[in-house]
Amino acid sequence: MNMKKTLAVLLFAITSISVFAQERTVTGKVTDAKDGAPLVAASITTKGSNKGTTTSVNGTFSIKVSGNATTLVISYLNYTTKEVKVGANNVVNVALSQSAEQLGEVVVIGYGTVKKKDLTGSVVNVSSKDFNSGAISTPEQLIAGKVAGVSITSNNGAPGSGSTIRIRGGASLNASNDPLIVIDGMPIDGGGISGQANALALINPNDIESFSVLKDASAAAIYGARASNGVILITTKKGKSGAMKVDFTTQLSVGNISKKADVFSADEIRNIVRASGNSSYTSLLGGFKTDWQDEIYQTAISNDNNISISGAKSGVPYRLSLGNLTQTGVLKTDELKRNTVGLNINPTLLDNHLTLNLNYKLASSASRFADQGAIGSATSYDPTQGVYGATKRFGGFWEWFDPNSSSGLKSLSPKNPLGLLMEKQDNSNVTRQIASALVDYKVHFLPALHVVVNTGVDIAEGKGTTVISDSAASSYQRFKDASNKFHGGVNNQYRQTRNNSYLNAYLNYAKDINAIKSRIELVAGYEYQDYKTTNYNFNDVTYDKTVVSTPNYPSSTPEYRLISYLGRANFNILNKYVLTASVRQDGSSKFNPNNRYALFPSGALAWKIKEEGFLKNSTTISDLKLRASYGVTGQQDGIGYYDYISYYNLGSNSAQYQFGNTFYSIYRPNGYYYNRKWEQTATTNLALDFGLFNNRVTGTIEAYNRQTTDLLNEINQPAGTNFSNKIVANVGSMENKGVEFTLNLQPIKNKNTTWDLSFNATYNKNRITKLTISDDPTYAGARYGGISGGTGNTILIQSVGYNRGAYFVYKQIYDAAGKPIDGLFADLNRDGVINEKDLYQYKGNDPQLFFGASSNLTYKKWNAGFVLRANVGNYLYNNVASSTGTLRNILNPIGYINNGSRDYLTTGFSGSGSNYYLSDYYVQNASFLRVDNINVGYNVGKVFNNKANLKINANVQNAFIITKYKGLDPEVNGGIDNNFYPRPRTFVLGLNLNF
Amino acid sequence: MKNNNYKIVIAALFSVFILASCAKQLDLLPTNDITSTAVYKDATGYKQAFAKVYASFALTGNNGPAGNGDIQGIDEGTSDFLRLYWKAEELSTDEAVVAWGDPGIQDFHNMNWSASNPMLTGLYYRSFYQITLANDFIRQASDANLASRGITGTDADNIKKYRAEARFLRAYQYSVLMDLFGSVPFVSETDLLGTVLPKQKTRADLFTYIESELKAIDADLVDARKNEYGRADKAAAWALLARIYLNAQVYTGTAKNNEAILYSKKVIDAGYSLIGDYTKLMRADNNLNTSEFILTINYDGVKTQNWGGTTFLTHAPIGGSMTASQFGVDGGWGGLRTTKAFSDKFTDITGATDKRAQIYTNGQSADISDLTKFTDGYAITKYKNIKADGTAGSSLTWTDIDFPIFRLSEMYLIYAEAVLRGGTGGDATTALNYINTIRQRAYGNTSGNITSAQLTTDFILDERARELYWEGFRRTDLIRYGKFVESTYLWPWKGGVKGGTSVDTYRKLYPIPSADISSNTNIIQNAGY
Repeated sequence: MNMKKTLAVLLFAITSISVFAQERTVTGKVTDAKDGAPLVAASITTKGSNKGTTTSVNGTFSIKVSGNATTLVISYLNYTTKEVKVGANNVVNVALSQSAEQLGEVVVIGYGTVKKKDLTGSVVNVSSKDFNSGAISTPEQLIAGKVAGVSITSNNGAPGSGSTIRIRGGASLNASNDPLIVIDGMPIDGGGISGQANALALINPNDIESFSVLKDASAAAIYGARASNGVILITTKKGKSGAMKVDFTTQLSVGNISKKADVFSADEIRNIVRASGNSSYTSLLGGFKTDWQDEIYQTAISNDNNISISGAKSGVPYRLSLGNLTQTGVLKTDELKRNTVGLNINPTLLDNHLTLNLNYKLASSASRFADQGAIGSATSYDPTQGVYGATKRFGGFWEWFDPNSSSGLKSLSPKNPLGLLMEKQDNSNVTRQIASALVDYKVHFLPALHVVVNTGVDIAEGKGTTVISDSAASSYQRFKDASNKFHGGVNNQYRQTRNNSYLNAYLNYAKDINAIKSRIELVAGYEYQDYKTTNYNFNDVTYDKTVVSTPNYPSSTPEYRLISYLGRANFNILNKYVLTASVRQDGSSKFNPNNRYALFPSGALAWKIKEEGFLKNSTTISDLKLRASYGVTGQQDGIGYYDYISYYNLGSNSAQYQFGNTFYSIYRPNGYYYNRKWEQTATTNLALDFGLFNNRVTGTIEAYNRQTTDLLNEINQPAGTNFSNKIVANVGSMENKGVEFTLNLQPIKNKNTTWDLSFNATYNKNRITKLTISDDPTYAGARYGGISGGTGNTILIQSVGYNRGAYFVYKQIYDAAGKPIDGLFADLNRDGVINEKDLYQYKGNDPQLFFGASSNLTYKKWNAGFVLRANVGNYLYNNVASSTGTLRNILNPIGYINNGSRDYLTTGFSGSGSNYYLSDYYVQNASFLRVDNINVGYNVGKVFNNKANLKINANVQNAFIITKYKGLDPEVNGGIDNNFYPRPRTFVLGLNLNF
Repeated sequence: MKNNNYKIVIAALFSVFILASCAKQLDLLPTNDITSTAVYKDATGYKQAFAKVYASFALTGNNGPAGNGDIQGIDEGTSDFLRLYWKAEELSTDEAVVAWGDPGIQDFHNMNWSASNPMLTGLYYRSFYQITLANDFIRQASDANLASRGITGTDADNIKKYRAEARFLRAYQYSVLMDLFGSVPFVSETDLLGTVLPKQKTRADLFTYIESELKAIDADLVDARKNEYGRADKAAAWALLARIYLNAQVYTGTAKNNEAILYSKKVIDAGYSLIGDYTKLMRADNNLNTSEFILTINYDGVKTQNWGGTTFLTHAPIGGSMTASQFGVDGGWGGLRTTKAFSDKFTDITGATDKRAQIYTNGQSADISDLTKFTDGYAITKYKNIKADGTAGSSLTWTDIDFPIFRLSEMYLIYAEAVLRGGTGGDATTALNYINTIRQRAYGNTSGNITSAQLTTDFILDERARELYWEGFRRTDLIRYGKFVESTYLWPWKGGVKGGTSVDTYRKLYPIPSADISSNTNIIQNAGY
């Protein structure tokens, strides 16, 4: 009540004062300095008084000022405030500039923003002007190659496929290595949903304003629990005051595979079979010349249309965007259609004390998924056979026939690649809605204090049907019913829903202490996150809907929850020293009540050397800042939700046990680990930011050391002590050390020409330092990474003293001519036998060095640029060569002919035995340089009677690659190249119209 | 400006803080999985958990045929008890060879397996898995737990029988571990999970433990041939005792032939008889062979699906010119055959004389020049997913064939061998009679009968091969006869050499998997590894 009275008195006093002065009327217009658009609801006051008004919808204003007032103060949110003398004609026209340009870039950080020059942590901001261009259907690709220390690799060439993102190499082994992604303040679940494996593919890239990548612990620790692998903050575009603006973009792209798997031609196979096979094989040869890869691949066509409308209505800024994407894959039958709607409203109320930012995003996609098994089938299917058979059986496709088999199909034979594609209809529909609201209230009686509440929901539903004709070879006569009748095909459904909710509330207190050029900022908050998925289970049925199996339960709803408390203090002293400290306590439902909470602190210091006297006037050195930080982050992603208690799991109907004449459903106690707790990563970071020649040259050099302890690591359990022989426990430690270098240059900047160059380089070295409870020298480590060939062969290992994901292989012996000798390997332990003890750790899939570079040249209305990336020191297991490049594969012992990798010409491997699969010969250097994008654009300028502006651009994506790797593509996540879905080379033509 | 607005805002924002701070707990439960209290609340739950103890040697997980495996770190299809036990007992001998290149599989022929062999690791953990489940069940079925859960009367009596059977299954798996690995870590129901690091028991101590357990549960087990099909009875315990007594010299250094005679005779006298046709033993409806089978692992093509077990034993030996449909399955896996050393145990391999010679020769060569070539070596047609009426089993992929862990023939052979080895309590006439009973079924008449002069221990070894081949006995038999690692008996590709070679004596035991050694500091590896 007191406050209300005080305000009333103040208001009264202000108005009373002005009443007594002589008045005149000043009119004018406030516009955006950038494009001349009117600024709506800009505030105009007379200097020295609090009398004021705001501009109208067309930017004009009219204010009565006292006779002795000479200066108007014109201010507008996010724009630099201007003071203007009132001239004799009482007209004041003002153009305001966006403040970011003058005050330095503002960077979004966790729970707030900060001026880039005051950053203490390692945060890289990429805004829309620096985004990769071209046909980009998934957001993370916008910044691929742009940020040092961040590797973004698309998973494959399928429409809408996601990417694997690694920030500083990732911190974990069995837990997740994916960074936390936060969209407009709301952390999202990285997992996909049925019918759309890539969660980010449902975000329209055109709606994104900027990315902030938080790399070190100081920046990320405020996200504590989930920050060990770094954090990517995505800020979407907001409404802007001013007249309505319409922005329309359309892109048409055409893509083709740029390389085929190197396999034999039909004639070559005929020659090999005739030379090496007996009559039982030569009699199988067909008379055709079929290139199966030509049969399964097509030209991919994609059309992406986006329109956005923004402006202010009744003083409320808004932005509405609509997107429509249609994309076909290079693999026949692959298709994605996506419609997106984005709405943002960000009004400011209560005399600028209350800011609201309301976001709604809707995406709905309809996909048809191709049977990717066709890719492997096409590389190994007999090229001497024709595509179609003589009969209608098997959908008319030619298949390996066996007259003795009841189905007519040769058992275990591969299936016609085109048949696999054409006979399968896997259609999904996914909708996702993200709604979030941010309320920022600047407290009336204490304007330095903001109360911020950010809440949102992320609701998604994915459902679909998989239909395979009962004529299709892939599931021909797959089920025999009780009356011995056969049924084939598939007619199944799937459905999954996700309901994630989020609430964050914090107080932010910021106070400038101008007397000592210092500033203090305090944040304290609370956060609640809930992730709930419902999986619906359906009968497995044949094409004619005969039930093959029935699930135990109609659905299951795994859920986990995080509750956190956070705090941060930021002290900027004398505008020279910036000190940041943060602390966060996280609780996760995944851990037992005693281990549930963990504390994640961090601290950082920045010294703005440029502000020191000895540099202040330097013209060469335009910026210089030293940063150091230390902090601890946690990890609980990628592990079971309920594993601290042993729960009993009911067996499926096909896993019952018979006593007497009754089959009993079984209850199994599941493995558990009561003492599981947070994995922790401590990061030390040291960085130097510099700018030279008026910031024409800027850059950062940064070094880090990340030590992960209590590694969430799947370890063997002593036999007899758990219901699982392996369990994820907190055993082990790992380190990542690295150096990052970023350089931005502007070699040319004049009236007509601007040339921007940027370059980044990262060196990361990863080493596992502990893995097991007891150090057993005979235990090589945890093997994983299943390959095609043999049953249960693995190619990778986690071993102490080596990098994560080393290859675990036999050392191939070569003859004098350099040809690998079939079946001959080095007896590394010299015990006279070749067995697992002779396997050794060799290389790995992670690059030691990776680079990104981009160039953008603008000349008058033209611009041209390119983006390239390079990885050095990464190796890849060529599983296509190892599993198909042998005589045993071509003349398959089960009685059919396969095509195979032409690598067979190099090795001549027979394919007998099993050790050859694990030969280091197949672990090949996959270092590469890839030109991701070459683009050229032309700004046509005003069209349609000056009503609109037109830009045209053209791109080549995935233009070319330079590598020694012998397989299809050297860039395969996971380290095993087994029938990779090729990334197409895509030509894009786009135009942009705004009015 | 309305002065009250900001108060509303403040009130709203602070109420959010208050709401948030009394947010829901972090205690969340899974949707469908339940706690032990919920499972063991009544007799039905006990039986379902009990069924899992048995099912763990028939299934690889809780989702047939695969998808929710019990054993991690190994391909689920090769984590099956019978498939792995069979490989360990057969592929290392003259009875079987395999064409495949699965990791570690050729080591059995080469006799160069190491402690990291994935199949031995899988087998070891599979045996311990069943032991761990049995321990848990025995704990849950304690008298105190039954009383506290209000389970009394017939229900309680039945559960006590289950408890005895769980102890039997545990003893059986310890006997498997004792045979394969020698001295292994020991856990019982008194060791609460995760609280103690198991200590290793010597092979001889394990023997004593198994022996005393099997005797201790005798009173609680259901009488011979009176239990439900698929469940162990007194005869099963006696059969296991007879088996370990026959091998006692190997396990403990002291022969126990008297006891072998005593317990095999107890089984024989319990009223079992051989079925009429040897070739019908391993068929889709062999659950009807209860006159001969003492305990089986039960499979079903629809309800008990797995990629190991008899599904493996039926598909894997089909290849070359063999027609899968004649075996009641949809295809062959082109893997398993035998060596000439085995097929030569039959004077007539066509099966016309001795019907047990279920050998396929068309397009196959007796000699093996390339182990990985299916047509090198004769194939075996013992397992068929075909019923007595000639129709196929319920599925063409997963077989219905049950696998007898113990059947009467073995008891006859144990009795005869123990008598020949000087055991008392039996007699040579009965022994000869038992062997001729087996042979009369094989020949269909008495033409194959032998005389007492022909009945020697070496004859028994060969007769065991003819009668019990591909049923998981061979390695143990060869070790007992001193012919497994020694140069006294060589077979093609023994030790990875075409003509066969002796290997180091320490290979009579398999190594303890390094996975367990790295996690249990109490374990000492077998000598030589």
